[in-house]
Amino acid sequence: MEDKDLYAEIASIRSIMERSTKFISLSGLSGVMAGIYALIGAGLAYKLIYTGEPQVVYVRYNDPLVVQLFLIACAVLVCSIGTGVWLTVRKAAKKGESVWNQSSQMLLKNGALPLLTGGCFVLLLLCRGYYGVISPGCLIFYGLALVAASRYTYGDVKWLGLCDIGLGLLATLLPGYGLLFWALGFGVLHILYGTIMHFKYDR
Amino acid sequence: MKVTLTDFDKAFENRVRLQIMSVLVANESYDFNSLKELLAVTDGNLASHLKALEKEQYITINKSFLGRKPNTRYFASDLGKAAFKKHLQSLENLIKQQKL
Repeated sequence: MEDKDLYAEIASIRSIMERSTKFISLSGLSGVMAGIYALIGAGLAYKLIYTGEPQVVYVRYNDPLVVQLFLIACAVLVCSIGTGVWLTVRKAAKKGESVWNQSSQMLLKNGALPLLTGGCFVLLLLCRGYYGVISPGCLIFYGLALVAASRYTYGDVKWLGLCDIGLGLLATLLPGYGLLFWALGFGVLHILYGTIMHFKYDR
Repeated sequence: MKVTLTDFDKAFENRVRLQIMSVLVANESYDFNSLKELLAVTDGNLASHLKALEKEQYITINKSFLGRKPNTRYFASDLGKAAFKKHLQSLENLIKQQKL
């Protein structure tokens, strides 16, 4: 065996191991877009809460303000996931890889458990009027989901997750700044992360 | 330069077989169609290499059904994992030898 072959052999082992365990078609741009949607959503929420009518002390879950905030949150979620899926499918097609393979399934399975748990947890507390739990709860469980899913994609996702968990804990410590932390975690961090990923892997 | 191949596993001489083993060592298990897609080989080619690895008892097979579609999953056996490790070690040794 020639020594050139030897290196080629090892390189091929390495690449195949990486490709078989990790889903690397996640698009960096989709992170940036999700961040922008989140910032827009947070801006709208801020306007709704802090301008207009005088401060509402007791909010009920059927309060129009809560319904509006809930709709904004849903819109942000749907837009982010939609753009993410679209850009990821596009990137995978460009690289000639399939989107629905073993690693992407593992990615979703591992991320879904903490994410759904967190979603139910936050919604249940929300129904009982614990509004303070929204921002820290979303951040912490989203961070946990990212850390759990990061094994099946770029390792950088883990750092995004850890930062979100940290922000979530800080938000728990400083009640009243929930919206600010939410905007930082879902908006600024996503944009930062997406930009880094775009320049690191997508070009 | 030609290098001597001590400890070199004949079963891994073929690139596809080595790649199959790499995938199975890195993952708990893998199914036939995903393997085919990942390695970009034909059905027949992949099947014959899997058969060869199975004959060496390097992999184990689990056949089941997903609805009505057959789903065959492959696992690396302990023997296969050990052989793969040894093979990698011998590759590493070769590189070390050449650097001297």
